[in-house]
Amino acid sequence: MFRNQYDTDVTTWSPAGRLFQVEYAMEAVKQGSAAIGLRSKTHVVLGCVNKANSELSSHQKKIFEVDDHIGVAIAGLTADGRVLSRYMRNECINYSFTYESPLPVGRLVVQLADKAQVCTQRSWKRPYGVGLLVAGLDESGAHLYYNCPSGNYFEYQAFAIGSRSQAAKTYLERRFENFTDSSRDDLVKDAIMAIRETLQGETLKSAICTIAVVGAGEPFHVLDQGTVQQIIDTFETAAEQEDPATEPDAATGQEAAAEQGTAADHGGSTDEGAAPMDI
Amino acid sequence: MASSGFQADVKALQKHLAARHLIYQHQHNKQMSCPAMAQLLSNTLYYKRFFPYYSFNVLGGLDNEGKGCVFTYDAVGSYEKVGYSSQGSGSTLIMPFLDNQLKSPSPLLLPAQDAVTPLAEAEAIDLVKTVFASASERDIYTGDKLEIVVINADGIRREYMDLRKD
Repeated sequence: MFRNQYDTDVTTWSPAGRLFQVEYAMEAVKQGSAAIGLRSKTHVVLGCVNKANSELSSHQKKIFEVDDHIGVAIAGLTADGRVLSRYMRNECINYSFTYESPLPVGRLVVQLADKAQVCTQRSWKRPYGVGLLVAGLDESGAHLYYNCPSGNYFEYQAFAIGSRSQAAKTYLERRFENFTDSSRDDLVKDAIMAIRETLQGETLKSAICTIAVVGAGEPFHVLDQGTVQQIIDTFETAAEQEDPATEPDAATGQEAAAEQGTAADHGGSTDEGAAPMDI
Repeated sequence: MASSGFQADVKALQKHLAARHLIYQHQHNKQMSCPAMAQLLSNTLYYKRFFPYYSFNVLGGLDNEGKGCVFTYDAVGSYEKVGYSSQGSGSTLIMPFLDNQLKSPSPLLLPAQDAVTPLAEAEAIDLVKTVFASASERDIYTGDKLEIVVINADGIRREYMDLRKD
């Protein structure tokens, strides 16, 4: 991104027809730590990388429960994300109060997008510097949306935002066609593996990621660390044993883990053994 | 919360409190304790002091330590923590009976004694059923069906009992 004379105000167009302030806001999203989402026909899973400012501090909360049937993961300016989550929670509560039924996800997303658009057309405001992955379940099924600071929103089968999200996107692109019919547990595993892609070398452990699920008959909730660690163990154990270095060769490490996954008595289904990274 | 009175106000009040409870859970990451909800209910009722919710309430639940508590209200939010209470139609018949059975220590006694009723859960439920069956006999508005909500450390459970249908 370059500094130029058309980027001072959000209400100033560039000759090329761009609003630079909005684009800079989207840059802020790319700088935040990664968040990913994927959905099947009946479940949606959100995952994020827990980044702490320093070793002494705790990590920032990036996944918020909005209602029983909607949750959101954010990347970018966490403060903006927190404020928008509060707005979303309010909207859901008000809708429930008036209509005695859960707010359809598509409606909420449009309201959010309109709210974001306002900030791109007022000289005294600035765009929200946060990208939101909205995961929800309503009468029309499971949905995953991405809301960006520009006020646009898109629906996705799977998506990743934030820093090093391209690695996760590549992983998801290879596998997304299978997601619609995936079981809930497979979806969660895929989410963790997608997060692992963004870590690029760092050891994957439950402290470094947060996973949340919403599905048919399952209200939105964050999985506790113990459960996540168990799932990680089922496909990480072998790789760790073979190569204590932080960057094992991904393909061989995964294949070995896959073989040992089926043999190991971790209570995992045979699916885990048959889920290699490289198809 | 058990409420008696004008049903539309009762429903509106319960929805209002449910929404506030949800907000509390989002903000504090935990359920509201009964004393907290008691204060909220009182404030909500008094807020409409000059156009009240026509609702006579009894609030029951667990406090932060897991002990049971009961709060009784009038229509504009005056409330008190008690060991037992009844409101609404039939309360004039029920309350003296509860006083007799539960032998509440007089508030005039010193040192102040706890108002917790010394009953086991099964005994308490039985007492409730007896009390409503009796009230149904003489109060024309009481009857048809009884819903009992039991709250304890394991969670919340509901029981139903038929009452005289006349």
